[in-house]
Amino acid sequence: MKRSIVTLTLAATALFAGCKHAQVQGPHPTAYGAAITEVSGSKQVAQVGATLPQPVVVQVNGGDGNPVTGALVRFRGQGLQFTPAEALSDASGQVTTNVQLGFQNGDYQIIAETWKQDGTANSLALREIALGFEQTLGRQVNDQYCIRCHDSESTPERVSNLDNLSPAPHQFSDGATLNRISDTDLLNMITRGGPALGKSPQMPGYASTLKPAEIKAVLSYMRAVADPPYQSPGVKYGK
Amino acid sequence: MTDNEKQRRPLRSRPTLRELITFGVVSLALFISLAIAPAKNYFSDWRHYQKSYLSLAGQRQGGTLVRSFHTGIRQIWVPKLSVVDRCQSCHVNLDGALVGATQQPFRKHPPIPHQLDEFGCAFCHRGQGAATSVEEAHYTTEAWEQPLLPARYLESGCGQCHLGTVQGAPRLNDGRKLLATMGCVHCHNVVQPDGTQLQPDDDPPPLLHIAEKTSREWIYAWIKNPQAYAATATMPNFQLSDQDAADISAFLIAQSTPSPASRVAVKAPGNANPDLTQAATVYGSSFCASCHAVQNEAGNLVGGNFGPELTRVGSKVNADWLRRWLNNPSDYEDSTRMPHYRFDEKQIALLTGFLLNKKDNDLLANVHLAPTDADSVARGKRLVTESGCAACHKINGVTPPQNFAPDLTRVGSRALAQVVFAPGMKHNLPDYVDAKIRNPRSFGPGLKMPKFTLTDAQVDSLTTALLAQSDRAATMPKELLISGGHESNYHPGGDAGRLMEDLHCQSCHMINGKGGDMAPDLSAEGSSVQRAWLLEFLNNPNTLRPALIRRMPKFNLTQGEINTISDYILSAYQAPGLDSHTIDPKALGPDAAAHGKELFYSRFGCNACHIADYKNDKGYVGPALSGVGNRLTPAWTYKWLKDPNALRPGTLMPNFALKDDEARDLTAFLMTLKAKQGGGK
Repeated sequence: MKRSIVTLTLAATALFAGCKHAQVQGPHPTAYGAAITEVSGSKQVAQVGATLPQPVVVQVNGGDGNPVTGALVRFRGQGLQFTPAEALSDASGQVTTNVQLGFQNGDYQIIAETWKQDGTANSLALREIALGFEQTLGRQVNDQYCIRCHDSESTPERVSNLDNLSPAPHQFSDGATLNRISDTDLLNMITRGGPALGKSPQMPGYASTLKPAEIKAVLSYMRAVADPPYQSPGVKYGK
Repeated sequence: MTDNEKQRRPLRSRPTLRELITFGVVSLALFISLAIAPAKNYFSDWRHYQKSYLSLAGQRQGGTLVRSFHTGIRQIWVPKLSVVDRCQSCHVNLDGALVGATQQPFRKHPPIPHQLDEFGCAFCHRGQGAATSVEEAHYTTEAWEQPLLPARYLESGCGQCHLGTVQGAPRLNDGRKLLATMGCVHCHNVVQPDGTQLQPDDDPPPLLHIAEKTSREWIYAWIKNPQAYAATATMPNFQLSDQDAADISAFLIAQSTPSPASRVAVKAPGNANPDLTQAATVYGSSFCASCHAVQNEAGNLVGGNFGPELTRVGSKVNADWLRRWLNNPSDYEDSTRMPHYRFDEKQIALLTGFLLNKKDNDLLANVHLAPTDADSVARGKRLVTESGCAACHKINGVTPPQNFAPDLTRVGSRALAQVVFAPGMKHNLPDYVDAKIRNPRSFGPGLKMPKFTLTDAQVDSLTTALLAQSDRAATMPKELLISGGHESNYHPGGDAGRLMEDLHCQSCHMINGKGGDMAPDLSAEGSSVQRAWLLEFLNNPNTLRPALIRRMPKFNLTQGEINTISDYILSAYQAPGLDSHTIDPKALGPDAAAHGKELFYSRFGCNACHIADYKNDKGYVGPALSGVGNRLTPAWTYKWLKDPNALRPGTLMPNFALKDDEARDLTAFLMTLKAKQGGGK
């Protein structure tokens, strides 16, 4: 009897120690911040399953607005994998993580959290965009045709034509404008050109150049990269 | 005992308690064992998911969706491909009948270019198609070893039938390109299901005359760490010891023989310090940067990646070799892709000075090699032979090894039982392939594969391309395979052909299915341009696209050479179905031109992309058209406007589906544009 009590006590201690151990996993913060802000890395566009081309960098600031070194930052997000998932802020108050997107196309949300002295969390939500097959095809068509006029960035191989045009074309990320135009109208404009909707003839129709699937893919890509995000008009459910 | 007595006796006495208990236990055991199968079925994963699907559908849509639902195992069966996939037993909403379900297993399958029941699920996703439990379908279990493929390798599914470039699968395309450009297929055999063997496309330099080109110290530093010399170098790191590198460099210098170029006399420049500004102008106007990159002060690479990076070339090459190389690269290396510029002595002196000035004094500062001896050379030769250097580079006295590295034709289905994993790795094929590419020497000492410098995205791409080399692909019915385009072996003939080979036109220009993609396809150039323009262009290649950095270089051709090439282009490179009768010149009158101008600006907005008049137009996408009336033939222009893609597949110019008279009037207008090319802005 006595022996079994001893065993039980030992087992309970071991179990407790085990739980305790699980709690202190990961780095221990040496400082606490009052706010967390993004440095870079949100709104990146990548294929499903890909590691984002740039790491996500956040910064922990103290109450005085100066960066805090040694604060714990933890990243989470459904379907996302972080390397590392938690770390202490470095000498400039920053934490850098590489993010791998999940299986599903669409928007992903990164939550970066840091803790205050009193145990309450400060969090920051960042959006990342994953492209499925259709959007990837759309991006490919975009990179070949649309981007020349619909993107203000220039590269050595490709000079942006956006500033040469009047009225200026909308960038595909310009959700504020494009989200208000229906799928039908956008498809019509890509297929039959600007004049189909009383817009500039400088937007040519692509009916005889692109396949219908490619035009649909471009639309799908535009909707994916829209900022603010595009909400399709159909029924919405909570789950 | 009478017969009566016999009959009255019961056959059996009443069962004892013991017998009853035994009977009860056995029955119960029998009942339980019989009940296991129905219970397993009743509590199966798929039944659970189908129930929750029905309740979800009942809440949201109800009606026909619920009534038409049949509970049961569902499967896709494609006998021809031996596909039996039961994934739809749980993933019941792949067709998206229930709108707005965002949680697995009820998500709608995103759009793909195939029907879902055409190839089944496991074809692309892997996993166990026939399994009916979550665990067995998705993960490796004792009985199966094929887990679900991570999303980043999904495009390997496409690559099992599509053997060339696939639209919408950039990772697979990149991976296949990398297999060729990183030189993987020099050592590894990769045969596609249609029998095509992947060919390298990285052009490693022959080392037959290496002593003329560079020093033993540079070779030593380079093979120790190629990326220290040039960040963009594709040569892998063999992680050689100092002694090994010293021996190899000794052997490479010792095996070198004099090249034909060494017999060409070149004059050393009188002035040791050339005018660097003037030299930079020659470098710029020769468009060396179209192919060669140089790191600028900000650390960014400026220039193309077709030829080697030149950031530290002054620390590498011998001055005399460089002069001979600039004079005519083919004298040194007949397989080079570099064109033969007709530089004069002054230009060669300027460029030599300019390039030798691109030095990094730290590179060789700490290299102090012991003098070469016979032992060192012999050891170097053995190392070169064992390391497989000759699989990529031509080396005197070392024959290229055959089947040097494992055949990767079916690497995408390699049985895990045959795989030796490094300690601490996850035991699955994609992780194994990934680790092998990323860090080949981590699998143990004595392995020969060197370490390549690759980004994470490049490793993912290569893994994707290799996973496509599966058993499934190899055993695919031949009619389902879609082969990639194969390069023709077209070479231009005659005097002009010799000249064009000397200029390496096909390094940049595609002609009749062979050549590069840096510059326009010339297969139909002869019906496109006017003779006078072509003569002028070859004499002074003024770009049509002012915004581009990559341009056609000036080769300093003689008038005779220009005539020879022009005559050849104009007669040999004609588009089919197009001649001077295609459009009647009389139809291109001033009325038509006036109407054409209206169409150009108002109806079709051509000025969005093209400049017809430098004063007003700003479009920078297509070539400037201010002098197009002197450049293009009317027949070509007309046909081009009607269907650009038919003349140059993949062109950016959209097909406007013009009517005959619209195309005619636009042609008439364009033919009136005869400003001198680049005529001011």
